[in-house]
Amino acid sequence: MNLRQIRRHFVSGLMTGVVALLSALACLALFLILANLVIKGASSLDLNFFIKDPVPAGQTGGGVANAIVGTLIIVGLAALVGLPVGIGAGLYLAEYGNGRLGWVVRFVADVLNGTPSIVIGVFAWTWLVKPMGHFSALAGGVALAVLMVPMIARTTEEMVRLVPHSLREAALALGYPRWRTSLSIVARTALAGIVTGCLVGIARIAGETAPLLFTALGNLNFSTSVLEPMQTLSLQIFSYATGPFEEWHRLAWAAALVLMGLVLVLGAAARIAMRQRQ
Amino acid sequence: MTTLPLEPVPAPAEDLPGPQEPTWKNRAGVNVGDRVYYVLLTVLALALPGLLLVLLALLVRSSWPSIQRFGLHFLWGSDWDPVAGTFGAAPMIFGTLASSLLALVIAVPLSLGVAIYLTEFAPKWLRQPVAFVVEMLAAIPSVVYGLWGIFVLIPFLRNYVVPPLRAVLGWTPLFRGVFYGSSLLAAGIILAIMIVPYIAAVSREVLLAVPSAQREAALGMGATRWEAVWTAVLPYGRPGVIGATILGLGRALGETMAVTMVIGNRHDIGVSVLAPAYTMAAAIANEFSEATTNLYLSALFEVGLVLFAITVVVNAFARLLIWRVAKGTAAGSRAL
Repeated sequence: MNLRQIRRHFVSGLMTGVVALLSALACLALFLILANLVIKGASSLDLNFFIKDPVPAGQTGGGVANAIVGTLIIVGLAALVGLPVGIGAGLYLAEYGNGRLGWVVRFVADVLNGTPSIVIGVFAWTWLVKPMGHFSALAGGVALAVLMVPMIARTTEEMVRLVPHSLREAALALGYPRWRTSLSIVARTALAGIVTGCLVGIARIAGETAPLLFTALGNLNFSTSVLEPMQTLSLQIFSYATGPFEEWHRLAWAAALVLMGLVLVLGAAARIAMRQRQ
Repeated sequence: MTTLPLEPVPAPAEDLPGPQEPTWKNRAGVNVGDRVYYVLLTVLALALPGLLLVLLALLVRSSWPSIQRFGLHFLWGSDWDPVAGTFGAAPMIFGTLASSLLALVIAVPLSLGVAIYLTEFAPKWLRQPVAFVVEMLAAIPSVVYGLWGIFVLIPFLRNYVVPPLRAVLGWTPLFRGVFYGSSLLAAGIILAIMIVPYIAAVSREVLLAVPSAQREAALGMGATRWEAVWTAVLPYGRPGVIGATILGLGRALGETMAVTMVIGNRHDIGVSVLAPAYTMAAAIANEFSEATTNLYLSALFEVGLVLFAITVVVNAFARLLIWRVAKGTAAGSRAL
């Protein structure tokens, strides 16, 4: 080997090391965030944290029961509104989406997917909160649904398109009407994939804060009325993290750990659903 | 004597008719159930364009007073004075672009490294786990990033990063001024971590879509493995990687909570990355519920409109680039 060759091989080895190091660095970032969540949050997770409402500023103790229930209600509302529309639009794109309207819907879904969530929040405020005259959990749920629909539509389309044509043809040949073919053969075959897409979508909106700032607003008290302001974990973390009290910061870490846990459980469920497909 | 065929062998026709899509449309009227199903799905699908139209209409209508009052000056003006009723969004637009570009400067090498390592160098058993861990970064809620930024990243920057940085580079205008903690730098780093999974995932799909003949040809000519990557694989995937980068930019531009929590929220245009700044999304998040006058509210709506327009253009451009390279793979849509 002459000197030039040695240098070339050295550079190759060096760069291999560099890209490996960069990968390690990216993994380290995740590790650092999760480790901090556990270290700073876990010690505050006692029973009170889950069953009590926040106490007035300055006092210690209290929990985030209202925020946990609120998160579940608002995410549930969003799923209730968003999933049928998203899945329906996805089925449309897969079944009838080769024409011009399909192209338009696909393009619009991609545009909405890239829209900043704060813009969706402002939009929901103008659309729902302003005419209704007050902030409400309902408006928050709809804002999250708007965020979710394009995501669900695109994944549903992709999953349905993976179903082999022969299945559909077999069903049609047996005399099934098209709508039954589509629902009980095609969509049914793609079900695991669709469920995965839905779970991923729900996991993504569960941690959203920006669209809720001017819709669900947040609430210091326990509330299950969807027509009133409601607290969520993400809103709680935001106000506690930016507040001045140590006690609040402690609770913010604990709430973040719970929220992260919720998102991870949904993500894990999505993985399991995906495995069923294969 | 036989002659070698000089004409190129006709390539097999590429557009062989695949299995034909059944033309359902023509026969939609055959069965009542079919017709109902078709109409129902169409209505649900139309909800999307409908939403976009309503969104655009409401944004434009709500920001109309501000558009009329300030015109284009809204974009250049740097006065943001709710009391006096003058609004110019230049500092926020600057802050949005600056924080996002800073994030790209950090995130692009990082995610390109991840993508190259995962497609070219990593041992097989390591690929899936590393890809999973990097993807997990996208699952962390924005507000949790913000929390981590305030209580972990900023103290770390203050104690270990900024002093040496200033000792070495303090003479450049980029690192002048007092470091309070909340700053462009903190926002850039947080944004970088947040967009790495997106850029890395799309870049990886793009690099995977590069034909292996490309690699093999370079290696066959005696290139080292790195030279093969650098001279044969990356140039082939370049438009796609640029697309992935721009996609990351689109994400960074619209990011709200994490940035709001660490950027310092000051209406100021400065070149120092140690100074606090402001972004469009952060301005809306902070000031929307405090906007007391109609003009103020309208100005914030216009900020939202500008942000929306910028992200639409950026995303459309990114998609175009990715789609050109990764045609056939679902790279574009899967990662979005």
